[in-house]
Amino acid sequence: MIKRLVSIIILAVVITSLFMVLSETAPFGDDETVVSHRYIYKGVDETGSANLVTAVVLNYRGFDTLGEVTVLFVAATGVGAALYTRKHPVRKNKVEASLIVKTGSKLLFPMMLLFGAYIFVHGHLTPGGGFQGGAVIATAFVFKYISDTRYSIDHVGFTKMESASGMIFAGLGIMGLLLGGYFLLNILPNGTPGELISAGILPIIYIAIGIKVGAELTGIIDRMMGVEA
Amino acid sequence: MIEVAVGFLVIAMIIFSVYAAETGDLMYAVVAVMAVSLIVSMLFYVLQAPDVAMAEAAIGAGLTTAVFVLAIKKTERYEHD
Repeated sequence: MIKRLVSIIILAVVITSLFMVLSETAPFGDDETVVSHRYIYKGVDETGSANLVTAVVLNYRGFDTLGEVTVLFVAATGVGAALYTRKHPVRKNKVEASLIVKTGSKLLFPMMLLFGAYIFVHGHLTPGGGFQGGAVIATAFVFKYISDTRYSIDHVGFTKMESASGMIFAGLGIMGLLLGGYFLLNILPNGTPGELISAGILPIIYIAIGIKVGAELTGIIDRMMGVEA
Repeated sequence: MIEVAVGFLVIAMIIFSVYAAETGDLMYAVVAVMAVSLIVSMLFYVLQAPDVAMAEAAIGAGLTTAVFVLAIKKTERYEHD
């Protein structure tokens, strides 16, 4: 009884303070901070990326993105360690997928892969980027796993691809450190904003992130499929 | 017009979230959480944040659901009191 009363009081305090804070924030759509002003009006010129979100994520805040990728890598490694099986996991699904799912996956799987690749290759031009494209690719592999009971990814190839793309990201950062004195400095020319080959190293980083995220998330799904109930 | 649509989506989102918390069948709860993610991604799109909408739709509605369904299949489907 007293526990419930205490929790109600805590909840009421949290809600009132939340409302007080939220009613004090700046009005929606007004740019009051100096830094956002700079991103909006100078971002395209400074980075060459037509998509300003990519400009912020990979150029101005590129180091944070490296940390984000590292967090995802640690999470995937943790899942792999927690669900480790000594022998190679053999999938044994009891239920075979229906004809509709099988035919649908045959038709849609290559298109989903292509769409994922499109999202991260065009990350500096259109909405989306490495994380979104990688997630779409992993979703395509989930679809494949559901439709085909015997399907399994090539583990060695996926691990190699993941490591290589991670090294490309870190290597580009170190190249900037060597050539210009800053980690992740944009060492390639900006080019014309809006063209496919523009924005310097941003497309290369996003392709590396897309492959890395796709391989990691697919690895998590594969681990969860292979574990024994 | 758009306000009506957004209001409808928000109300549906609240209903789905309450259902996800209250139902004892975890599989239904996962589907309700997926619906919430899908609606959130639509709202992000309405708020002109297509990057976030994409991430929410692919990760929140796609992959998280797959991971949850797999975890439930390997463990138990019904909640015990």
